Amino acid sequence: MRKGENGMNHKKTSRLTQQVVFVGPAILFFILIIAIPFVLGLYYSFTDWDGISGKATGVGFDNYKQIFMHDSSFRDSFWFTAKFTILGVVITNVAGFFLAYLLTKPLKTRNFLRTVFFMPNVIGGLLLGFIWQFIFVKGFSALGSATGISFFNLPWLGTENTAFWALVIVFVWQTAGYLMVIYISSLNNVPKDILEAAEIDGASRFQVLRSIIIPLIMPAATVCLFLAISWSFKMFDLNLSLTKGGPFGSTESVAMNIYNEAFSKNRYGLGTAKAIIFFVIVAVITSLQVKFTKSKEVEA
Amino acid sequence: MDITKRYRSGTIVTEILMIVLGIVFLVPFYFLFVNSVKTFGDLLTSAAALPKSIEWGNYSRAFDITNFPTALWNSVLITVVSNVLLVVICAMAAYYMVRNNSRFNRFLFVIFVAAMVVPFQSIMIPLVKVTSTIGLMDSIPGLIICYLGFGVPMSVFLFHGFVKSIPLEIEEAATVDGSNAYGVFYRVVFPLMKPMLVTVFILNTLWIWNDYLLPSLILQSGKLSTIPIATFAFFGQYTKQWDLALPALVMGVLPIIVFFLFMQRYIIEGITAGAVKG
Repeated sequence: MRKGENGMNHKKTSRLTQQVVFVGPAILFFILIIAIPFVLGLYYSFTDWDGISGKATGVGFDNYKQIFMHDSSFRDSFWFTAKFTILGVVITNVAGFFLAYLLTKPLKTRNFLRTVFFMPNVIGGLLLGFIWQFIFVKGFSALGSATGISFFNLPWLGTENTAFWALVIVFVWQTAGYLMVIYISSLNNVPKDILEAAEIDGASRFQVLRSIIIPLIMPAATVCLFLAISWSFKMFDLNLSLTKGGPFGSTESVAMNIYNEAFSKNRYGLGTAKAIIFFVIVAVITSLQVKFTKSKEVEA
Repeated sequence: MDITKRYRSGTIVTEILMIVLGIVFLVPFYFLFVNSVKTFGDLLTSAAALPKSIEWGNYSRAFDITNFPTALWNSVLITVVSNVLLVVICAMAAYYMVRNNSRFNRFLFVIFVAAMVVPFQSIMIPLVKVTSTIGLMDSIPGLIICYLGFGVPMSVFLFHGFVKSIPLEIEEAATVDGSNAYGVFYRVVFPLMKPMLVTVFILNTLWIWNDYLLPSLILQSGKLSTIPIATFAFFGQYTKQWDLALPALVMGVLPIIVFFLFMQRYIIEGITAGAVKG
C-alpha cells in the first residue's frame, strides 16, 4: 500500500519535472519578452512616464483622451496606414493570385519565373527601401529622359500623393511573390476532374475562374489576406528607409508614429497608450477578416 | 487539333507576357548592380546605362566604412543561434503540450495563439525598459533572448499542428523498449519532426536576418551592428553618396539572395507548410 503511494508520488514529481524541462524554457522566454512588457505597457499607458527619470505618475485616461481628442498626427498616421493597408492588401493579393494563376499553366519558364517573382521577398524592408530610394530618385528620371514617358518623371518621393504610391509599389513588389507561392499550392489542389467537367459543359475560362477556382482557393485567400493585412498595418522598416514618413509627415505609419512619440519625443506614457490602441485595432481587424473569409470557404 | 493549336498559341502569349513582367520585376536589381560599379559622375548622368568603366574601388571603400565583416558575422551569429535554440525549445514545448493535454497546457496554447496577433510595436516601448532592467541591452546574447521570446508563439504553433499528425504507436513502441520520455523525444520524435523543423528554420531565418527595429532598440550604443543596422548607420552619414551606398547595399543583399538560391526548394515548401498551418 505504502509502496504504491510512493510510486504515485514519484510519478507525479517526474511528470512535473518533465513539464518544466519540456515547456519551461518556452514559457520563461515568452513571459520575459512578451507577457511582462505587454502588462507593463498597459500600466504605463495610464501614466506620464518619460522613459528617463523612471518616475511614472498615474494620469488616468488622460493619455487616451489626448490621443482621441487632440492628437491630429496620430489620426493622420492612422488614416495613412488604413489607406495604405486597403490598397496594398487588395493590389498585392490580386497580383499574387494572377501570378500564381498564370504560373500554374504549362509554361517553359515557369520555375524560373517563380524564382524571379519571389526573390524580392527575401530582402528585408530596410534595404529594399534604400534600393528603391535610388530607383525613384535616379533610376526613374534616367528612364524618363530615355523614354520620354511622364510617369517616370514624376517627383516620386517629393509629393504626398506620389510618395504614398511609391510605398504601395514597393510593398506589392516585395510581397506579391510570397502570396503567389501560397496561391500556387492552393491552385494545385483544385481537383482536375472538376475543371475538366466544367470545360466539357462549355463553361468559359472566366466562368471557371469565378465559379470554381476562386471559391475553392478561399482557404489560401484567408491566409494571404491575413498576412498582407498584418504586414501592411505593421509596416515600419520600409517606411523608415524609403520616405522616413515624409514629405511633411504625410506617409508616417502608425508604427512610426508610436516609435517617434516614445523614442524621439520621450513621451513614453503617451507612446504606450498609442501602442495599446494599435494592438486593439490590429486584433479586431485581423480577427474580423479571418472570420469573414472563413465563412466564404467551401469544400471541393 | 484546332483546340490544341489555339491552346498552344494562348500559352505562348502568356509565356511572353510573363517573361516581360519578370524582366520588369528584375529592373531594380539591374539598377542596383550596374550603378554600384560606376563612378559618381557616371552614376548621376546616366543611371540607366551600362557603366563606362568598372570601379571595384567603390566596394572596397564601402566594405571598410560599414565594417562589413563584423556586421556579417554578427548577423550570422544572431540568426543561427536564435534559430537553433528556438527550434529545440519550441519543438520540445509543442511535443509535450500535445502529448500531455492538461488544462494548463491547453490554456498555454490559447495564450500563444493569441500572442501571435500582438504587433511588435505594441510592446517595444516597455520591452526596452525590461531588457535594460535585466541587463540585456547592447549585447548579442540579450538580442538573442529577445528573438527567443518573440519566436516562441508561432514556432510552438507550427510544431503543435505537426506533432498531432505523428502516430502515437511509434512512441509507445519506444517506451516499451525502455526509453524514458526524454529519450523518446530525442531519438524518435525529434527526427520525425524534420519537415516542420525546416519550415520553422526558414521562416525564422527570413525574419531575424532582415529585422531592423528590434536590433536598433537593443543595440542602441552603436558599438555592435548587424547588416541592417550597419546599412542604416551608413545612410545616416553618407546621404546621397550613391557610389558608396549602392555597393554597401549589394553586399547587404547578397548573402540572403545566395541563401535563397541555394535553399529555394525548402523556402517554397516552408512557406507553403507555414501558411497551411497558419
